[in-house]
Amino acid sequence: MDRRAALARLMAITGTIALGGELFVTGCRRTDKHVATPFTAGDVAFLDEIGETIMPTTDTPGAKAVGIGAFMTMMVNDCYDDAAHAAFQSGMAEIDATSRSRHGRSFVQCTPAERHEMLSAIDREMSAQEKKRGETPHYFSMMKELTLLGYFSSEIGCTHALRYAETPGSYDGDVPYHKGDRAWFDPTRRVG
Amino acid sequence: MASQQYDAIVIGSGIAGGWAAKELCEKGLKTLLLDRGRNVRHVTDYVNATKHPWEIPHRGMRPLRLSAHYPVLRRAHLLWEGTSDFFVDEGKCPYVEREPFEWVRGYQVGGRSLTWGRQCLRLSDLDFAANLTEGVGTDWPIRYADIAPWYDYVERFAGVSGSTEGLPQLPDGQFLPPMPLNCVEQSVAARVKERFADHRRIIPSRTANLTKALEGRGACQYRDKCWLGCPFGAYFSTQSATLPAAMHTGNLTLRPYSIVREILYDRRTRKATGVAVLDAETRESMEFSARLVFLCASTLNSAWILMRSATDEWPGGLGSSSGELGHNVMDHHFRAGASGRVEGFEDRYVNGRRPTGFYVPRFRNVGDDRRAYLRGFGYQGSASRMDWSRDVAELGIGAPMKAALTEPGEWTIGMTGFGETLPYHDNRAYLDPNRKDEWGLPVLALQCHIRENEIAMRRDMKQDAAEMLEAAGVKDVKPSDGGYTFGQCVHEMGAARMGTAPGNSVLNGNNQVWDAKNVFVTDGACMTSSACVNPSLTYMALTARAVDFAASEMKKGNL
Repeated sequence: MDRRAALARLMAITGTIALGGELFVTGCRRTDKHVATPFTAGDVAFLDEIGETIMPTTDTPGAKAVGIGAFMTMMVNDCYDDAAHAAFQSGMAEIDATSRSRHGRSFVQCTPAERHEMLSAIDREMSAQEKKRGETPHYFSMMKELTLLGYFSSEIGCTHALRYAETPGSYDGDVPYHKGDRAWFDPTRRVG
Repeated sequence: MASQQYDAIVIGSGIAGGWAAKELCEKGLKTLLLDRGRNVRHVTDYVNATKHPWEIPHRGMRPLRLSAHYPVLRRAHLLWEGTSDFFVDEGKCPYVEREPFEWVRGYQVGGRSLTWGRQCLRLSDLDFAANLTEGVGTDWPIRYADIAPWYDYVERFAGVSGSTEGLPQLPDGQFLPPMPLNCVEQSVAARVKERFADHRRIIPSRTANLTKALEGRGACQYRDKCWLGCPFGAYFSTQSATLPAAMHTGNLTLRPYSIVREILYDRRTRKATGVAVLDAETRESMEFSARLVFLCASTLNSAWILMRSATDEWPGGLGSSSGELGHNVMDHHFRAGASGRVEGFEDRYVNGRRPTGFYVPRFRNVGDDRRAYLRGFGYQGSASRMDWSRDVAELGIGAPMKAALTEPGEWTIGMTGFGETLPYHDNRAYLDPNRKDEWGLPVLALQCHIRENEIAMRRDMKQDAAEMLEAAGVKDVKPSDGGYTFGQCVHEMGAARMGTAPGNSVLNGNNQVWDAKNVFVTDGACMTSSACVNPSLTYMALTARAVDFAASEMKKGNL
């Protein structure tokens, strides 16, 4: 994401208007969509656990609390083209198959520790693969990015995990920062 | 067929049209302001302005159906769920790209004044004299002294924040206090100033955001959501500033959904008599008459309307006798620059969201500096700490990643050049012979590209940015050229240029059409060269100046 983030910064102040979300996103390339396998309630519950494993409950709520499964399915339905949509869904099947072969249970029936261990391995595999930069992004990068976006831009994410001021009222470009202070959520970087 | 009489008609209600309406109304002229799009009421119709991030469904990502609806906006990297309603319905309003051209249009009352970048920079005599000195295009019929008082005038009303710098190539103005550089920008600016012996300077961007309240408008609240419309009226737009002033006089009639089919021309008096309008909703035809017509429909749309007007007299349209109408189209080429990481400010942060950044005034081909190409460029940029979307590969997943991303990341700084594009006769817009829009109007075909001068300049835009950041101690500096497509900067200019004689231009030094002296074109179409600075402030100043001229000519009985 570093390259895209760097470009976003370069473009953030351009004398025209703000960037949209494409820099951040793995899908949203093509504008047509012909085939889509509908997500089920079971898929939403499954993705809730994926999201919660990526972004767990700590001293602040985790991704499940923001309805991350429903968010991910809505985003894949609305924003991902056919190829990305299919890759996302086959990734879901792959995770569940891994869970069943390794633990004899579906992913949602595993313990949080087991889920963390499985997804960490997939995350490492994704990082290695994305360094080579294939055309199609790894399915797990979609899940991770959607989890981060859905979580941090939610009301809980903005106001509990981060800080958010709808109308700051003033600007100070030089204030002290202490390790542990929460970051500001910047709605114009990503979100309307 | 309805017909109504006004003193003046203004076509288009964006930055130039809003100013024309205000100035004409304040001179006591009964004025009809036409826009081809819907009305957008100040504050009331800024439907996304006060929504929380979580109330925007796709949180900044683009739904496929939105991308399908706005292919040009998407290509121009400007498509965003929160603002798409402030741009043209692309399916209904086609144009032909003979060469790739991203034509970003705002078809509603207020036009692109709602979504502009708000950078307000003056041209200087370095710019006004360049065409003559270098034998490029044609000479500007005015010099800085002609426009300087009008820059003063429009800046005072619009409200421009900025710093006084004393640079001849970027004249100072009537500024409100600047929006300050942040701690990292200040540090980099100080090192750049020292390292380049003040020949290169990083200054606060000059921006039409109020740092102090003006009458009827609140000061900036540092929300950085200007493009959604400002509930405080804190940035300059038609809605926040010129339209209420025009309305206040009681002389204004605003008519949305009014597509001007043509300017009506009387060959006997050699003047325009009014305009023929199609109602975009009802398709009803009507005519309005007036003594003055101000054409402010945006560069390409103004040229388009001229091409459709007075065609019995001139097959190429009103203002085409010089052969320059539709030609010399310019933009600023941009998206080449550099970025990097800044160390040493881990204990510093910001509060509030500044809706602008820094500016680097042109330094190439200024003073003793001489390059192999003509003209120059400025940079816009900013420094900030990375947010939760930064590269997280090494953080993995789970609680430690979550904890890390709830804190701000490293400081980074980036800047991108905005370069002057020369006026090339062959960069043009013309009526496509084969295609019509749904109102039966022949659509515009666009054929423009940058050439050797701009391509050579882009190498400097990239290298000079990297050199400055490296000199300032920025780490991992990455020069980049993100590529550029004509139109993408949304600074299109020049399709009906000003000049010194009827043979070399469409407009004279008062923005009067040589071939119809009661028709004035004061938007970007009038630009004789593009300079490298953001052009809107110049349209404002030229518009106010042209109205003053027109009103005095009317008084003298010359119009």
